[in-house]
Amino acid sequence: MESIDLIATVSIIVAGLTIAIGSIGPAIGEGLALARAMEAVAQQPDASNTLTRTLFVGMAMIESTAIYCLVVSLILIFANPFWNHLLQAGG
Amino acid sequence: MELSPDAVVYWQWGFVKLNATLVFTWATMAVLVGCSWLITRRIRGGVAVLSGQAFLEMLLEQIRDQIRDATQDEPDKYLPVIGTLFLFIATASLLGVVPGVHVPTASLSTTSALALLVFIVVPAYGIEAKGFKRYLASYTRPTVFMLPFNMIGEVSRTVALSVRLFGNMMSGHLIVAVLLTIVPILFPALLQAFGLLIGFIQAYVFAILALVYIASGTRVIREERTEGPEEGREEGPPQAS
Repeated sequence: MESIDLIATVSIIVAGLTIAIGSIGPAIGEGLALARAMEAVAQQPDASNTLTRTLFVGMAMIESTAIYCLVVSLILIFANPFWNHLLQAGG
Repeated sequence: MELSPDAVVYWQWGFVKLNATLVFTWATMAVLVGCSWLITRRIRGGVAVLSGQAFLEMLLEQIRDQIRDATQDEPDKYLPVIGTLFLFIATASLLGVVPGVHVPTASLSTTSALALLVFIVVPAYGIEAKGFKRYLASYTRPTVFMLPFNMIGEVSRTVALSVRLFGNMMSGHLIVAVLLTIVPILFPALLQAFGLLIGFIQAYVFAILALVYIASGTRVIREERTEGPEEGREEGPPQAS
């Protein structure tokens, strides 16, 4: 296999693996956070404003790890630096 | 399919480019300024106000309430920065629903600029609150050994802020673009609506996070001033990286 094919294959497989594995953790984390927030809202409806705000901020932070994975996999597919380098080197 | 609106170049002269990011950033600003000008031109007191003025007052009051809740402080000091950030990002994602419009926040350049703004504003508020020396000294808290970690945290949270907004906005439009080739009818529209919701949540999150960073920059100083650090630390905003 030529090196350009190899890079393409590995990039696509790794991009899929990145988003697949990388979204497991944030999904579990967000689920736990939401479940706890729901319990807290049910117990203290008065504090729901504060809870919702904190939940949103926390969710956004948990989610950002998944977003990093997405960005990495998109870079691998659409803007792969090794691929571009090889294309330029090969003409 | 282009990943970011940076790649859409309308006009080029040498290395000077006019790409979609620039055009639609200015378009967003024009919409914001134009709407505010139109509404505040006919501003009036009393009860019988126009609907636009009522809307703006409601929006302003909401933002002020949120700032007051988050910082436990007078909101007017933070309102210009936080309100502008929120309104810009929210308007940008709202305009993204219009066909043919590229959302400027789907470009890493725009979000980096916004995050750099926060990066500069946080020390500015901290220095304004307690002075240059005391602000720098807050980096060595709790011990001097934490100095490198505090500095890394300062940089990494800026990067996280920009990449978070970029990833969210860009992925929303990418999903719509991919789905348009598979299911052209109705489903992309639903996802576009979902993307609008995501855009507003991200605008809110960006503003709240900037506020939390500013508050943590100024609050450390207030803890030093008061004698009861335990109470102050309990209420402290979440330290984020």
